Amino acid sequence: MLALRLSVPSTLTRPTRMVERNLLVYRRTFMVIFSGFFEPLFYLFSMGFGVGALVGAVQLENGSTVAYAVFVAPALLASSAMNGAIYETSNNFFFKLKYAKLYDAIIATPMSLRDVARGEILWALLRGSLYVVGFLVVIAVLGIAGLGLISSPLGILAFPAAMVVGFAFAGAGMAATTFVRKWQDFDFLQLAIMPMFLFSGTFYPISAYPPALQVFVQCTPLYRGVHLIRALTTGNPDVWIAVDVAYLMAMGLIGLWIVGKRLNKLLLA
Amino acid sequence: MPDETSTTDAVIHARGLKKCFGEFTAVDGVDFDVAPGEAFGFLGPNGAGKTSTMRMIGCVSPVTAGTLTVFGLDPAHDGARIRSRLGVVPQADTLDNELSVLENLLVYGRYFGLPWSESRRRATELLDFVQLTDRAKDQVEPLSGGMKRRLVIARALINEPALLLLDEPTTGLDPQARHLLWDRLYRLKQRGVTLCLTTHYMDEAEQLCDRLVVMDKAKIVAGGSPRQLIEQYVTREVLELRFNRGEGETDDGAHLDGQLDGLADRIEQLPDRLLVYTADGDATAAAAFERGLRPASILVRRSTLEDVFLRLTGRSLVE
Repeated sequence: MLALRLSVPSTLTRPTRMVERNLLVYRRTFMVIFSGFFEPLFYLFSMGFGVGALVGAVQLENGSTVAYAVFVAPALLASSAMNGAIYETSNNFFFKLKYAKLYDAIIATPMSLRDVARGEILWALLRGSLYVVGFLVVIAVLGIAGLGLISSPLGILAFPAAMVVGFAFAGAGMAATTFVRKWQDFDFLQLAIMPMFLFSGTFYPISAYPPALQVFVQCTPLYRGVHLIRALTTGNPDVWIAVDVAYLMAMGLIGLWIVGKRLNKLLLA
Repeated sequence: MPDETSTTDAVIHARGLKKCFGEFTAVDGVDFDVAPGEAFGFLGPNGAGKTSTMRMIGCVSPVTAGTLTVFGLDPAHDGARIRSRLGVVPQADTLDNELSVLENLLVYGRYFGLPWSESRRRATELLDFVQLTDRAKDQVEPLSGGMKRRLVIARALINEPALLLLDEPTTGLDPQARHLLWDRLYRLKQRGVTLCLTTHYMDEAEQLCDRLVVMDKAKIVAGGSPRQLIEQYVTREVLELRFNRGEGETDDGAHLDGQLDGLADRIEQLPDRLLVYTADGDATAAAAFERGLRPASILVRRSTLEDVFLRLTGRSLVE
Protein backbone atom coordinates (compact mmCIF):
# COMPACT_ATOMS: atom_id res chain seq x y z
CA MET A 1 0.00 0.00 0.00
CA LEU A 2 2.71 2.43 0.92
CA ALA A 3 5.20 1.25 -1.68
CA LEU A 4 5.99 4.09 -4.05
CA ARG A 5 6.05 3.13 -7.69
CA LEU A 6 7.42 6.44 -8.83
CA SER A 7 10.60 7.60 -7.20
CA VAL A 8 10.42 11.29 -6.35
CA PRO A 9 12.77 13.15 -8.68
CA SER A 10 15.68 14.87 -7.01
CA THR A 11 15.78 18.57 -6.25
CA LEU A 12 18.45 19.00 -8.87
CA THR A 13 16.60 17.56 -11.84
CA ARG A 14 13.14 18.94 -11.09
CA PRO A 15 13.83 22.59 -11.98
CA THR A 16 14.92 21.50 -15.47
CA ARG A 17 11.37 20.23 -16.16
CA MET A 18 10.30 23.87 -16.05
CA VAL A 19 12.95 24.65 -18.67
CA GLU A 20 11.68 21.80 -20.85
CA ARG A 21 8.17 23.20 -20.71
CA ASN A 22 9.38 26.66 -21.75
CA LEU A 23 11.47 25.22 -24.57
CA LEU A 24 8.39 23.48 -25.96
CA VAL A 25 6.50 26.77 -25.88
CA TYR A 26 9.30 28.78 -27.50
CA ARG A 27 9.95 26.14 -30.14
CA ARG A 28 6.99 27.65 -31.97
CA THR A 29 7.78 31.31 -31.37
CA PHE A 30 11.53 31.28 -31.58
CA MET A 31 11.71 34.53 -33.55
CA VAL A 32 10.52 36.47 -30.49
CA ILE A 33 13.82 35.70 -28.83
CA PHE A 34 15.84 37.34 -31.58
CA SER A 35 14.45 40.81 -30.90
CA GLY A 36 16.45 40.88 -27.68
CA PHE A 37 19.59 40.01 -29.61
CA PHE A 38 19.54 43.02 -31.94
CA GLU A 39 18.90 45.72 -29.36
CA PRO A 40 22.43 45.80 -27.83
CA LEU A 41 23.93 45.50 -31.32
CA PHE A 42 22.10 48.60 -32.51
CA TYR A 43 23.38 50.44 -29.45
CA LEU A 44 26.90 49.21 -30.14
CA PHE A 45 26.88 50.53 -33.69
CA SER A 46 25.13 53.83 -32.96
CA MET A 47 26.86 54.70 -29.70
CA GLY A 48 30.09 52.72 -29.88
CA PHE A 49 31.08 53.49 -33.42
CA GLY A 50 28.80 56.44 -34.30
CA VAL A 51 29.12 58.62 -31.22
CA GLY A 52 32.52 57.03 -30.59
CA ALA A 53 33.88 58.64 -33.78
CA LEU A 54 33.16 62.06 -32.19
CA VAL A 55 34.29 61.15 -28.67
CA GLY A 56 37.56 59.46 -29.50
CA ALA A 57 39.33 57.89 -26.50
CA VAL A 58 38.05 57.47 -22.95
CA GLN A 59 40.14 57.30 -19.80
CA LEU A 60 39.58 54.23 -17.59
CA GLU A 61 39.73 54.30 -13.78
CA ASN A 62 43.34 53.12 -13.76
CA GLY A 63 44.35 55.98 -16.03
CA SER A 64 44.80 54.07 -19.29
CA THR A 65 42.84 55.20 -22.33
CA VAL A 66 40.79 53.07 -24.71
CA ALA A 67 38.66 53.70 -27.79
CA TYR A 68 35.06 54.67 -26.97
CA ALA A 69 33.65 51.47 -28.53
CA VAL A 70 35.95 49.40 -26.29
CA PHE A 71 34.59 51.34 -23.32
CA VAL A 72 30.93 50.94 -24.26
CA ALA A 73 30.88 47.30 -25.48
CA PRO A 74 31.21 45.60 -22.02
CA ALA A 75 28.56 47.95 -20.57
CA LEU A 76 26.15 46.98 -23.34
CA LEU A 77 26.88 43.32 -22.61
CA ALA A 78 25.99 43.84 -18.94
CA SER A 79 22.84 45.81 -19.87
CA SER A 80 21.82 43.11 -22.30
CA ALA A 81 22.14 40.44 -19.59
CA MET A 82 20.06 42.62 -17.29
CA ASN A 83 17.34 43.29 -19.85
CA GLY A 84 17.07 39.64 -20.85
CA ALA A 85 16.66 38.56 -17.24
CA ILE A 86 14.16 41.31 -16.43
CA TYR A 87 12.08 40.68 -19.53
CA GLU A 88 11.61 37.01 -18.73
CA THR A 89 11.00 37.43 -15.00
CA SER A 90 8.64 40.41 -15.18
CA ASN A 91 5.92 40.25 -17.84
CA ASN A 92 6.32 36.59 -18.77
CA PHE A 93 6.51 35.36 -15.19
CA PHE A 94 3.59 37.57 -14.13
CA PHE A 95 1.43 36.23 -16.94
CA LYS A 96 2.14 32.62 -15.97
CA LEU A 97 1.58 33.36 -12.28
CA LYS A 98 -1.59 35.43 -12.41
CA TYR A 99 -3.36 34.71 -15.68
CA ALA A 100 -2.28 31.35 -17.07
CA LYS A 101 -2.43 29.80 -13.57
CA LEU A 102 0.45 27.65 -14.76
CA TYR A 103 1.92 27.07 -11.32
CA ASP A 104 -1.43 26.17 -9.77
CA ALA A 105 -1.40 23.07 -11.98
CA ILE A 106 2.25 22.30 -11.34
CA ILE A 107 2.02 22.27 -7.54
CA ALA A 108 -0.37 19.32 -7.78
CA THR A 109 2.67 17.30 -8.94
CA PRO A 110 5.79 16.41 -6.92
CA MET A 111 7.31 19.71 -8.12
CA SER A 112 7.65 22.26 -5.31
CA LEU A 113 7.41 26.02 -5.68
CA ARG A 114 11.13 26.16 -4.99
CA ASP A 115 11.64 23.91 -8.03
CA VAL A 116 9.40 26.24 -10.04
CA ALA A 117 11.37 29.32 -8.95
CA ARG A 118 14.73 27.71 -9.68
CA GLY A 119 13.51 26.40 -13.02
CA GLU A 120 12.17 29.76 -14.16
CA ILE A 121 15.40 31.52 -13.17
CA LEU A 122 17.41 28.87 -14.96
CA TRP A 123 15.26 29.46 -18.04
CA ALA A 124 15.71 33.24 -17.80
CA LEU A 125 19.48 32.68 -17.64
CA LEU A 126 19.49 30.31 -20.61
CA ARG A 127 17.48 32.75 -22.64
CA GLY A 128 19.74 35.59 -21.57
CA SER A 129 22.81 33.52 -22.46
CA LEU A 130 21.62 33.43 -26.07
CA TYR A 131 21.84 37.23 -26.23
CA VAL A 132 25.18 37.27 -24.50
CA VAL A 133 26.66 34.64 -26.80
CA GLY A 134 25.24 36.42 -29.84
CA PHE A 135 26.74 39.71 -28.72
CA LEU A 136 30.12 38.10 -28.00
CA VAL A 137 30.13 36.44 -31.42
CA VAL A 138 29.57 39.81 -33.11
CA ILE A 139 32.40 41.32 -31.04
CA ALA A 140 34.67 38.41 -32.03
CA VAL A 141 33.82 38.91 -35.71
CA LEU A 142 34.56 42.64 -35.40
CA GLY A 143 37.85 41.69 -33.74
CA ILE A 144 38.80 39.57 -36.74
CA ALA A 145 37.86 42.54 -38.92
CA GLY A 146 40.40 44.64 -37.03
CA LEU A 147 37.94 46.47 -34.74
CA GLY A 148 39.16 44.81 -31.51
CA LEU A 149 36.68 45.48 -28.69
CA ILE A 150 38.17 43.02 -26.22
CA SER A 151 41.75 43.87 -25.36
CA SER A 152 42.54 41.10 -22.86
CA PRO A 153 42.49 37.29 -22.73
CA LEU A 154 40.49 37.77 -19.53
CA GLY A 155 37.69 38.76 -21.90
CA ILE A 156 36.82 35.08 -22.15
CA LEU A 157 35.45 35.44 -18.62
CA ALA A 158 32.95 38.02 -19.89
CA PHE A 159 30.49 35.20 -20.58
CA PRO A 160 30.30 33.76 -17.04
CA ALA A 161 30.39 37.32 -15.70
CA ALA A 162 27.36 38.24 -17.82
CA MET A 163 25.61 35.14 -16.48
CA VAL A 164 26.22 36.36 -12.94
CA VAL A 165 24.68 39.72 -13.90
CA GLY A 166 21.72 37.86 -15.40
CA PHE A 167 21.28 35.78 -12.25
CA ALA A 168 21.25 38.87 -10.03
CA PHE A 169 18.55 40.62 -12.08
CA ALA A 170 16.53 37.44 -12.67
CA GLY A 171 16.33 36.78 -8.92
CA ALA A 172 15.54 40.37 -8.03
CA GLY A 173 13.14 40.85 -10.95
CA MET A 174 11.21 37.70 -10.12
CA ALA A 175 11.01 38.68 -6.46
CA ALA A 176 9.67 42.11 -7.44
CA THR A 177 7.11 40.53 -9.76
CA THR A 178 5.62 38.46 -6.93
CA PHE A 179 4.51 41.77 -5.39
CA VAL A 180 2.97 43.10 -8.61
CA ARG A 181 -0.82 43.28 -8.65
CA LYS A 182 -1.59 44.73 -12.07
CA TRP A 183 0.21 45.32 -15.36
CA GLN A 184 0.59 49.07 -14.72
CA ASP A 185 2.84 48.30 -11.74
CA PHE A 186 5.56 47.31 -14.19
CA ASP A 187 5.95 51.00 -15.06
CA PHE A 188 7.67 51.35 -11.69
CA LEU A 189 10.07 48.57 -12.65
CA GLN A 190 10.95 50.46 -15.85
CA LEU A 191 11.48 53.54 -13.70
CA ALA A 192 14.29 51.64 -11.97
CA ILE A 193 15.72 49.89 -15.05
CA MET A 194 15.90 52.85 -17.45
CA PRO A 195 18.03 55.18 -15.26
CA MET A 196 20.33 52.29 -14.37
CA PHE A 197 20.87 51.62 -18.07
CA LEU A 198 21.67 55.28 -18.78
CA PHE A 199 23.63 56.36 -15.70
CA SER A 200 25.60 53.34 -14.41
CA GLY A 201 28.85 54.26 -16.10
CA THR A 202 27.40 52.69 -19.21
CA PHE A 203 28.07 55.46 -21.74
CA TYR A 204 30.58 57.61 -19.83
CA PRO A 205 32.83 57.18 -16.75
CA ILE A 206 31.16 58.03 -13.44
CA SER A 207 34.00 60.46 -12.72
CA ALA A 208 31.63 62.91 -14.44
CA TYR A 209 29.52 62.91 -11.22
CA PRO A 210 30.21 64.74 -7.94
CA PRO A 211 31.80 62.37 -5.34
CA ALA A 212 28.61 61.74 -3.33
CA LEU A 213 26.69 60.74 -6.46
CA GLN A 214 29.60 58.53 -7.54
CA VAL A 215 29.29 56.53 -4.29
CA PHE A 216 25.55 56.21 -4.83
CA VAL A 217 25.98 54.92 -8.39
CA GLN A 218 28.65 52.48 -7.24
CA CYS A 219 26.05 50.92 -4.94
CA THR A 220 23.63 50.12 -7.79
CA PRO A 221 23.66 46.61 -9.27
CA LEU A 222 24.12 47.46 -12.94
CA TYR A 223 27.18 49.55 -12.09
CA ARG A 224 28.70 46.48 -10.39
CA GLY A 225 27.92 44.40 -13.47
CA VAL A 226 29.38 46.96 -15.87
CA HIS A 227 32.47 47.35 -13.68
CA LEU A 228 32.98 43.57 -13.54
CA ILE A 229 32.67 42.92 -17.27
CA ARG A 230 34.64 46.02 -18.26
CA ALA A 231 37.49 45.05 -15.93
CA LEU A 232 37.65 41.68 -17.69
CA THR A 233 37.37 42.80 -21.34
CA THR A 234 39.86 45.66 -20.91
CA GLY A 235 42.25 43.52 -18.84
CA ASN A 236 42.12 45.71 -15.71
CA PRO A 237 40.97 43.37 -12.91
CA ASP A 238 41.14 44.91 -9.45
CA VAL A 239 40.02 43.69 -6.02
CA TRP A 240 36.66 45.31 -6.62
CA ILE A 241 35.62 42.55 -9.04
CA ALA A 242 35.36 40.24 -6.01
CA VAL A 243 32.90 42.74 -4.53
CA ASP A 244 31.02 42.80 -7.86
CA VAL A 245 30.62 39.03 -7.93
CA ALA A 246 29.67 38.79 -4.24
CA TYR A 247 27.15 41.66 -4.59
CA LEU A 248 25.49 40.19 -7.70
CA MET A 249 25.38 36.60 -6.40
CA ALA A 250 23.88 37.78 -3.10
CA MET A 251 21.28 39.81 -4.99
CA GLY A 252 20.24 36.77 -7.04
CA LEU A 253 20.16 34.40 -4.07
CA ILE A 254 18.18 36.76 -1.84
CA GLY A 255 15.77 37.30 -4.74
CA LEU A 256 15.34 33.55 -5.15
CA TRP A 257 14.71 33.15 -1.44
CA ILE A 258 12.03 35.86 -1.50
CA VAL A 259 10.42 34.25 -4.55
CA GLY A 260 10.15 30.92 -2.71
CA LYS A 261 8.53 32.60 0.30
CA ARG A 262 6.16 34.71 -1.77
CA LEU A 263 5.02 31.88 -4.05
CA ASN A 264 4.24 29.76 -1.01
CA LYS A 265 2.13 32.58 0.37
CA LEU A 266 0.39 33.25 -2.95
CA LEU A 267 -0.30 29.69 -4.09
CA LEU A 268 -0.36 27.47 -0.99
CA ALA A 269 -3.14 29.14 0.98
CA MET B 1 -19.99 7.76 9.71
CA PRO B 2 -16.51 6.24 9.59
CA ASP B 3 -15.55 3.80 12.29
CA GLU B 4 -12.16 3.71 13.96
CA THR B 5 -11.26 0.24 12.69
CA SER B 6 -10.96 1.40 9.09
CA THR B 7 -8.09 3.79 9.79
CA THR B 8 -5.18 1.43 9.18
CA ASP B 9 -5.69 0.85 5.46
CA ALA B 10 -7.60 4.04 4.68
CA VAL B 11 -6.37 5.97 1.65
CA ILE B 12 -7.50 9.20 3.31
CA HIS B 13 -7.95 9.50 7.05
CA ALA B 14 -9.21 12.70 8.69
CA ARG B 15 -10.07 13.42 12.30
CA GLY B 16 -11.09 16.84 13.58
CA LEU B 17 -9.72 18.30 10.35
CA LYS B 18 -9.87 22.07 10.36
CA LYS B 19 -9.00 24.87 7.92
CA CYS B 20 -9.11 28.54 8.80
CA PHE B 21 -8.34 31.58 6.65
CA GLY B 22 -7.71 34.26 9.24
CA GLU B 23 -10.95 34.61 11.20
CA PHE B 24 -12.94 32.56 8.71
CA THR B 25 -13.36 28.83 9.34
CA ALA B 26 -13.74 27.03 6.01
CA VAL B 27 -13.62 23.48 7.40
CA ASP B 28 -14.63 22.97 11.01
CA GLY B 29 -13.42 19.70 12.48
CA VAL B 30 -14.53 17.02 10.01
CA ASP B 31 -14.00 13.25 10.39
CA PHE B 32 -13.97 10.83 7.47
CA ASP B 33 -12.13 7.86 6.00
CA VAL B 34 -11.84 6.83 2.39
CA ALA B 35 -11.16 3.14 1.74
CA PRO B 36 -9.07 1.83 -1.17
CA GLY B 37 -11.10 1.41 -4.38
CA GLU B 38 -14.00 3.39 -3.03
CA ALA B 39 -15.79 6.30 -4.71
CA PHE B 40 -16.27 8.84 -1.98
CA GLY B 41 -18.13 12.11 -2.33
CA PHE B 42 -18.54 15.43 -0.59
CA LEU B 43 -22.02 16.77 -1.31
CA GLY B 44 -22.87 20.31 -0.39
CA PRO B 45 -23.65 23.79 -1.64
CA ASN B 46 -21.01 26.33 -2.70
CA GLY B 47 -19.04 27.57 0.28
CA ALA B 48 -19.64 24.44 2.39
CA GLY B 49 -15.90 23.74 2.68
CA LYS B 50 -15.60 21.01 0.04
CA THR B 51 -12.85 22.63 -2.02
CA SER B 52 -10.84 23.58 1.07
CA THR B 53 -10.98 19.94 2.20
CA MET B 54 -9.86 18.75 -1.25
CA ARG B 55 -6.96 21.19 -1.30
CA MET B 56 -5.74 19.90 2.04
CA ILE B 57 -5.92 16.31 0.77
CA GLY B 58 -4.02 17.43 -2.36
CA CYS B 59 -1.23 18.83 -0.15
CA VAL B 60 -1.56 22.35 -1.57
CA SER B 61 -3.16 23.88 1.51
CA PRO B 62 -1.70 23.48 5.01
CA VAL B 63 -3.91 21.85 7.66
CA THR B 64 -4.87 24.34 10.38
CA ALA B 65 -5.69 21.73 13.03
CA GLY B 66 -6.63 18.07 13.41
CA THR B 67 -5.27 14.93 11.76
CA LEU B 68 -4.99 14.20 8.06
CA THR B 69 -3.11 11.36 6.42
CA VAL B 70 -3.10 10.41 2.74
CA PHE B 71 -1.68 6.95 1.92
CA GLY B 72 -0.76 6.91 5.61
CA LEU B 73 1.58 9.90 5.08
CA ASP B 74 1.45 13.39 6.56
CA PRO B 75 0.87 16.13 3.93
CA ALA B 76 2.98 18.58 5.94
CA HIS B 77 6.12 16.44 5.63
CA ASP B 78 5.56 14.10 2.70
CA GLY B 79 3.67 16.38 0.32
CA ALA B 80 5.81 15.53 -2.71
CA ARG B 81 5.58 11.78 -2.05
CA ILE B 82 1.82 11.95 -1.65
CA ARG B 83 1.37 14.10 -4.75
CA SER B 84 3.43 11.67 -6.81
CA ARG B 85 0.58 9.15 -6.33
CA LEU B 86 -2.32 11.60 -6.64
CA GLY B 87 -4.30 12.71 -9.65
CA VAL B 88 -5.97 16.11 -9.27
CA VAL B 89 -8.84 17.50 -11.34
CA PRO B 90 -9.35 21.05 -10.08
CA GLN B 91 -12.59 22.98 -10.30
CA ALA B 92 -11.18 25.52 -12.76
CA ASP B 93 -9.36 24.15 -15.81
CA THR B 94 -5.67 24.87 -15.27
CA LEU B 95 -4.49 23.60 -18.64
CA ASP B 96 -1.35 25.05 -20.19
CA ASN B 97 -2.75 27.18 -23.02
CA GLU B 98 0.70 27.73 -24.52
CA LEU B 99 1.04 23.99 -25.24
CA SER B 100 -0.90 21.65 -27.52
CA VAL B 101 -3.27 18.97 -26.24
CA LEU B 102 -0.63 16.24 -26.43
CA GLU B 103 2.14 18.46 -25.05
CA ASN B 104 -0.02 19.23 -22.02
CA LEU B 105 0.12 15.55 -21.11
CA LEU B 106 3.78 15.06 -22.07
CA VAL B 107 5.01 17.97 -19.98
CA TYR B 108 2.80 16.98 -17.05
CA GLY B 109 4.33 13.52 -17.15
CA ARG B 110 7.74 15.18 -16.97
CA TYR B 111 6.68 17.10 -13.85
CA PHE B 112 6.11 13.67 -12.30
CA GLY B 113 9.58 12.59 -13.37
CA LEU B 114 8.51 10.18 -16.11
CA PRO B 115 11.03 9.60 -18.91
CA TRP B 116 9.94 11.22 -22.21
CA SER B 117 9.28 7.84 -23.86
CA GLU B 118 7.07 6.64 -21.02
CA SER B 119 5.29 9.99 -20.85
CA ARG B 120 4.57 9.78 -24.58
CA ARG B 121 3.30 6.20 -24.33
CA ARG B 122 0.91 7.06 -21.51
CA ALA B 123 -0.18 10.34 -23.12
CA THR B 124 -1.15 8.54 -26.33
CA GLU B 125 -3.08 5.93 -24.37
CA LEU B 126 -4.86 8.53 -22.25
CA LEU B 127 -5.89 10.65 -25.23
CA ASP B 128 -7.56 7.54 -26.56
CA PHE B 129 -9.22 6.90 -23.19
CA VAL B 130 -10.75 10.40 -23.09
CA GLN B 131 -11.52 10.35 -26.84
CA LEU B 132 -9.27 13.26 -27.80
CA THR B 133 -6.80 11.45 -30.07
CA ASP B 134 -7.87 13.44 -33.14
CA ARG B 135 -7.25 16.71 -31.26
CA ALA B 136 -3.73 15.75 -30.11
CA LYS B 137 -1.94 18.45 -32.12
CA ASP B 138 -4.55 21.17 -31.54
CA GLN B 139 -4.23 24.11 -29.21
CA VAL B 140 -6.13 23.85 -25.94
CA GLU B 141 -7.98 27.17 -26.07
CA PRO B 142 -10.60 26.30 -28.75
CA LEU B 143 -11.63 23.01 -27.11
CA SER B 144 -15.16 22.81 -25.70
CA GLY B 145 -15.71 22.79 -21.94
CA GLY B 146 -16.34 19.05 -21.93
CA MET B 147 -13.18 18.34 -23.95
CA LYS B 148 -11.07 20.52 -21.66
CA ARG B 149 -12.41 18.69 -18.62
CA ARG B 150 -11.62 15.34 -20.23
CA LEU B 151 -8.12 16.56 -21.00
CA VAL B 152 -7.68 17.62 -17.36
CA ILE B 153 -8.75 14.13 -16.31
CA ALA B 154 -6.29 12.56 -18.74
CA ARG B 155 -3.59 14.84 -17.36
CA ALA B 156 -4.47 13.79 -13.81
CA LEU B 157 -4.00 10.14 -14.83
CA ILE B 158 -0.53 10.51 -16.39
CA ASN B 159 1.19 9.31 -13.19
CA GLU B 160 -1.21 6.34 -12.87
CA PRO B 161 -2.51 7.65 -9.55
CA ALA B 162 -3.92 5.41 -6.84
CA LEU B 163 -6.24 8.22 -5.78
CA LEU B 164 -8.05 10.67 -8.04
CA LEU B 165 -9.34 13.93 -6.53
CA LEU B 166 -12.12 15.60 -8.53
CA ASP B 167 -13.44 19.00 -7.51
CA GLU B 168 -16.87 19.48 -9.11
CA PRO B 169 -15.89 17.51 -12.19
CA THR B 170 -19.00 18.24 -14.27
CA THR B 171 -20.01 21.73 -13.15
CA GLY B 172 -20.82 23.86 -16.19
CA LEU B 173 -20.99 20.95 -18.64
CA ASP B 174 -23.98 20.03 -20.79
CA PRO B 175 -25.82 16.75 -20.05
CA GLN B 176 -24.14 14.82 -22.87
CA ALA B 177 -20.66 15.86 -21.76
CA ARG B 178 -21.51 14.98 -18.17
CA HIS B 179 -22.62 11.47 -19.06
CA LEU B 180 -19.47 10.88 -21.11
CA LEU B 181 -17.38 12.02 -18.15
CA TRP B 182 -19.30 9.87 -15.68
CA ASP B 183 -18.72 6.87 -17.93
CA ARG B 184 -14.94 7.45 -17.92
CA LEU B 185 -14.90 7.89 -14.14
CA TYR B 186 -16.92 4.72 -13.72
CA ARG B 187 -14.35 2.82 -15.80
CA LEU B 188 -11.55 4.16 -13.64
CA LYS B 189 -13.38 3.01 -10.55
CA GLN B 190 -13.68 -0.45 -12.05
CA ARG B 191 -9.92 -0.47 -12.55
CA GLY B 192 -9.52 0.04 -8.82
CA VAL B 193 -8.70 3.75 -8.72
CA THR B 194 -9.98 5.36 -5.54
CA LEU B 195 -12.16 8.36 -6.38
CA CYS B 196 -12.76 11.30 -4.10
CA LEU B 197 -15.01 13.99 -5.49
CA THR B 198 -17.02 17.03 -4.54
CA THR B 199 -20.27 17.96 -6.15
CA HIS B 200 -23.37 20.00 -5.61
CA TYR B 201 -25.34 17.83 -8.01
CA MET B 202 -27.28 15.09 -6.24
CA ASP B 203 -27.60 13.05 -9.44
CA GLU B 204 -23.82 13.06 -9.79
CA ALA B 205 -23.39 11.92 -6.20
CA GLU B 206 -25.97 9.16 -6.75
CA GLN B 207 -24.35 8.06 -10.02
CA LEU B 208 -20.78 7.94 -8.86
CA CYS B 209 -20.47 7.63 -5.10
CA ASP B 210 -20.45 4.44 -3.04
CA ARG B 211 -20.46 6.58 0.03
CA LEU B 212 -20.74 10.27 0.66
CA VAL B 213 -20.86 12.88 3.35
CA VAL B 214 -23.16 15.88 3.26
CA MET B 215 -21.33 19.11 4.09
CA ASP B 216 -22.95 22.34 5.15
CA LYS B 217 -21.39 25.44 6.71
CA ALA B 218 -17.94 23.86 7.16
CA LYS B 219 -19.28 20.75 8.91
CA ILE B 220 -20.28 17.22 7.95
CA VAL B 221 -23.97 16.89 8.76
CA ALA B 222 -24.60 13.30 7.60
CA GLY B 223 -22.85 10.39 5.94
CA GLY B 224 -23.52 7.02 4.32
CA SER B 225 -24.41 5.48 0.98
CA PRO B 226 -26.95 7.42 -1.13
CA ARG B 227 -29.56 4.75 -0.40
CA GLN B 228 -28.85 4.78 3.34
CA LEU B 229 -29.13 8.55 3.48
CA ILE B 230 -32.46 8.54 1.67
CA GLU B 231 -33.83 5.78 3.89
CA GLN B 232 -32.63 7.47 7.03
CA TYR B 233 -33.69 11.04 6.37
CA VAL B 234 -36.61 11.01 3.93
CA THR B 235 -39.46 8.80 2.74
CA ARG B 236 -39.30 6.64 -0.35
CA GLU B 237 -41.43 8.93 -2.49
CA VAL B 238 -42.27 12.58 -2.78
CA LEU B 239 -45.52 14.09 -3.96
CA GLU B 240 -44.98 17.51 -5.50
CA LEU B 241 -48.04 19.74 -5.54
CA ARG B 242 -48.38 23.10 -7.27
CA PHE B 243 -51.30 25.43 -6.73
CA ASN B 244 -52.28 28.39 -8.87
CA ARG B 245 -51.71 31.40 -6.69
CA GLY B 246 -51.98 35.09 -7.40
CA GLU B 247 -49.09 36.99 -8.94
CA GLY B 248 -46.19 37.44 -6.54
CA GLU B 249 -47.71 35.26 -3.83
CA THR B 250 -45.69 32.42 -2.41
CA ASP B 251 -47.18 29.11 -1.51
CA ASP B 252 -46.96 29.05 2.25
CA GLY B 253 -49.51 26.26 2.46
CA ALA B 254 -51.83 28.37 4.65
CA HIS B 255 -54.69 28.05 2.18
CA LEU B 256 -54.62 24.28 2.63
CA ASP B 257 -56.06 24.77 6.07
CA GLY B 258 -54.58 21.55 7.35
CA GLN B 259 -56.18 19.42 4.64
CA LEU B 260 -53.04 17.31 4.27
CA ASP B 261 -52.81 16.57 8.00
CA GLY B 262 -52.15 12.91 8.66
CA LEU B 263 -51.48 12.11 5.02
CA ALA B 264 -47.73 12.71 5.00
CA ASP B 265 -44.63 12.09 7.13
CA ARG B 266 -43.45 15.62 6.49
CA ILE B 267 -44.28 18.58 4.28
CA GLU B 268 -41.72 21.05 2.90
CA GLN B 269 -42.88 24.41 1.59
CA LEU B 270 -40.86 25.74 -1.33
CA PRO B 271 -41.59 29.11 -2.97
CA ASP B 272 -43.29 27.47 -5.94
CA ARG B 273 -44.51 24.12 -4.66
CA LEU B 274 -45.21 21.81 -1.76
CA LEU B 275 -43.15 18.65 -1.21
CA VAL B 276 -45.16 15.97 0.52
CA TYR B 277 -42.97 13.14 1.85
CA THR B 278 -44.78 9.82 1.89
CA ALA B 279 -44.18 6.11 1.35
CA ASP B 280 -46.74 5.92 -1.45
CA GLY B 281 -47.10 9.06 -3.52
CA ASP B 282 -50.05 7.92 -5.64
CA ALA B 283 -52.09 6.88 -2.62
CA THR B 284 -51.40 10.20 -0.90
CA ALA B 285 -52.33 12.11 -4.05
CA ALA B 286 -55.62 10.21 -4.27
CA ALA B 287 -56.33 10.84 -0.59
CA ALA B 288 -55.64 14.56 -1.01
CA PHE B 289 -57.99 14.64 -4.02
CA GLU B 290 -60.71 12.96 -1.94
CA ARG B 291 -60.35 15.66 0.67
CA GLY B 292 -61.15 18.19 -2.00
CA LEU B 293 -57.68 19.51 -2.86
CA ARG B 294 -57.36 20.61 -6.51
CA PRO B 295 -53.69 21.37 -7.20
CA ALA B 296 -52.71 22.77 -10.62
CA SER B 297 -50.16 20.00 -11.06
CA ILE B 298 -49.25 16.75 -9.32
CA LEU B 299 -45.94 14.92 -9.62
CA VAL B 300 -44.93 11.75 -7.84
CA ARG B 301 -41.21 10.94 -7.81
CA ARG B 302 -38.63 8.97 -5.86
CA SER B 303 -36.77 10.80 -3.12
CA THR B 304 -33.27 11.98 -3.97
CA LEU B 305 -30.26 13.34 -2.11
CA GLU B 306 -31.67 16.78 -2.84
CA ASP B 307 -34.51 15.92 -0.45
CA VAL B 308 -32.00 14.64 2.09
CA PHE B 309 -30.14 17.91 1.89
CA LEU B 310 -33.35 19.92 2.21
CA ARG B 311 -34.26 17.90 5.28
CA LEU B 312 -30.84 18.33 6.88
CA THR B 313 -30.29 22.00 6.21
CA GLY B 314 -33.67 23.46 5.32
CA ARG B 315 -32.15 24.72 2.07
CA SER B 316 -31.83 23.55 -1.53
CA LEU B 317 -28.45 22.44 -2.89
CA VAL B 318 -28.46 24.56 -6.02
CA GLU B 319 -29.91 27.97 -5.30
